[in-house]
Amino acid sequence: MGILEVRDVNKRFGGLKALDKVELDVEEGSVHAIIGPNGAGKSTFLNCLVGLLIPDSGAVTFNGKSLLGIKPHEINQAGVSRVFQTPEIFADLSLLDNVIIPTFAARDGAFSFNAWKRVDNDNEVHEKAEHMLEEIGLIEKKDIIAGSLSRGDKRRLELAMCLVQNPKLLLLDEPTAGMSRADTNNTIDLLKSIGGRGITKVIIEHDMHVVFSLADKVSVMAQGTVIAEGTPESIKGDPRVQEAYLGGAHL
Amino acid sequence: MIKITPRNDMILLGGFILAVLTMPIWLTPIGAGYPDLLQRFAIYGIFAIGFNILFGLTGYLSFGHAAFLGVGSYTAVWSFKLLGMSVIPAVLFAVITSGLFAVLIGYISLRRSGIYFSILTLAFAQMSYNMAYSVLTPITNGETGLQLSQQDPRVIDSLFGVPVTEGIPATNLFGIEMSGYPGFYFCAIMLIISFYISMRIFRSPFGIMLKAVKSNSNRMSYTGLNMRPYTLTAFIISGMFAGLAGSLLAVTDPLAGAERMQWTASGEVVLMTILGGVGTLIGPVIGAGVIKYFENIFSAFNDSALHDIFSFLPDFLENAVVAVTGLFVGDGWHLTLGALFVIIVVFLPGGIIEGITRIYQRVTRKKQINSVTSTEAQPGE
Repeated sequence: MGILEVRDVNKRFGGLKALDKVELDVEEGSVHAIIGPNGAGKSTFLNCLVGLLIPDSGAVTFNGKSLLGIKPHEINQAGVSRVFQTPEIFADLSLLDNVIIPTFAARDGAFSFNAWKRVDNDNEVHEKAEHMLEEIGLIEKKDIIAGSLSRGDKRRLELAMCLVQNPKLLLLDEPTAGMSRADTNNTIDLLKSIGGRGITKVIIEHDMHVVFSLADKVSVMAQGTVIAEGTPESIKGDPRVQEAYLGGAHL
Repeated sequence: MIKITPRNDMILLGGFILAVLTMPIWLTPIGAGYPDLLQRFAIYGIFAIGFNILFGLTGYLSFGHAAFLGVGSYTAVWSFKLLGMSVIPAVLFAVITSGLFAVLIGYISLRRSGIYFSILTLAFAQMSYNMAYSVLTPITNGETGLQLSQQDPRVIDSLFGVPVTEGIPATNLFGIEMSGYPGFYFCAIMLIISFYISMRIFRSPFGIMLKAVKSNSNRMSYTGLNMRPYTLTAFIISGMFAGLAGSLLAVTDPLAGAERMQWTASGEVVLMTILGGVGTLIGPVIGAGVIKYFENIFSAFNDSALHDIFSFLPDFLENAVVAVTGLFVGDGWHLTLGALFVIIVVFLPGGIIEGITRIYQRVTRKKQINSVTSTEAQPGE
């Protein structure tokens, strides 16, 4: 029994079968990587988890509750946060505001008409947000407009926005795509350091270095379905994976 | 950049109160210190403040806000007719009715965003406008407009034995007639209250969520926030402000006509907000003032006035200059407004407030010429 259970999920785009009977179990507290060649359906699958896409059939259960047919904000309120491939941040607000918004969302719920109190008088939220920025190493930039950050910093900010909500499940869509080796290593360290919080993570990743440094378990997707699953070591040697993923070349 | 702190906000509020209440003094030298115009400054200031809560914070551009202005006016006049000449029930009912209207229009329009939202609001406003002229004539009195008459029931007034006068009675607040300066001060106090409410909203968690809607609605839903009730609440608040402004138009001049709901009136508040500075606290009020002031100045000019001004020129030159400038004044003042708007949008997209901020920065930068300036300033908040 995992915290996230995916059973027989199918998704079709016109004639293309994007997801074909996908099955997945994610253990609570683990880091589960999903790898696969381009077009394997990894991002489509992630979109089905957060309510961006609705599968044609199948079941997605998180913490015993179905995630299908409920809205993105309800999925987040249930404890699922997502980091996007291109960082989705509040680009024309300050870094502090960027982190304050999810802090409020986690505390006050999907809607609260709190129009008379001042944000800057809410010490609880401020402390939490500033603490988060400090942890992620962006505290000196808290008054800067988020849109002016470098790409790497935007990713870190987005991660902070997710982490400050204390999610039960964190979905990361290629968290190191387009990053330099140094930035990638920083991100790996960062993700490792938040491992102690007991947040379950599902990572889509191309970079094998990242996968092998972080993942407890790896699922390999190809042509819309999961073709292999196991520990990073067992996956490395699996001939089916090498066939699908690298066209027969050795990892 | 001036930091947003409770203390600075209090200074801003204090300055605003002082500036509004002394308007009759400091606007006299430029020929705007008379009650009629001052009332309009305050009323359209309220209209723009309310509009800015929706457009400035959430980025949803409503092109039908004049509908709420009209609803506010009609409600207020009906309150004068049925209940009595006191302005308190008139203002209260106008705000409530326009709020209910906003629930209805907002609920439907907010199912779409961007240009589709704007078109929907425009359609609703034009529907209201046309209905006021046609099927709703029993309520709106059609083309003539809704007016007071001697035969109106005015139940509260007759209950309290307010003596029946010869002519049509005047609107009043506890017996003070709401025309001239008392009328202006009543509007001014409403403007100050509106500004204060708007400031509270801007600085509140609710306000920051509205900014989040504008900034990235995708991230907002993946952050666990339900966008719909936020935008709807902003829409309703904004509609209530417009209703308040509409009722004040009726308070200072108790009649209501359908032209108040026309799309040009909706467009005007968009211009005011952009001209002053979208999303800034004080910008919309300044924008409203500037537009109403120029409207007053430019539309008052006529050819003979222009001939007087340019009489120092030789005759043939005088006629030519008058012919050209004549296009921009009087009825043609909208041409001036259009030109002004183009200049602002091209050179100062942040409006007048951005202009002031730039000047302020240039001055402070000169003072500390050696210190490295850090961040780009946000258009003045």
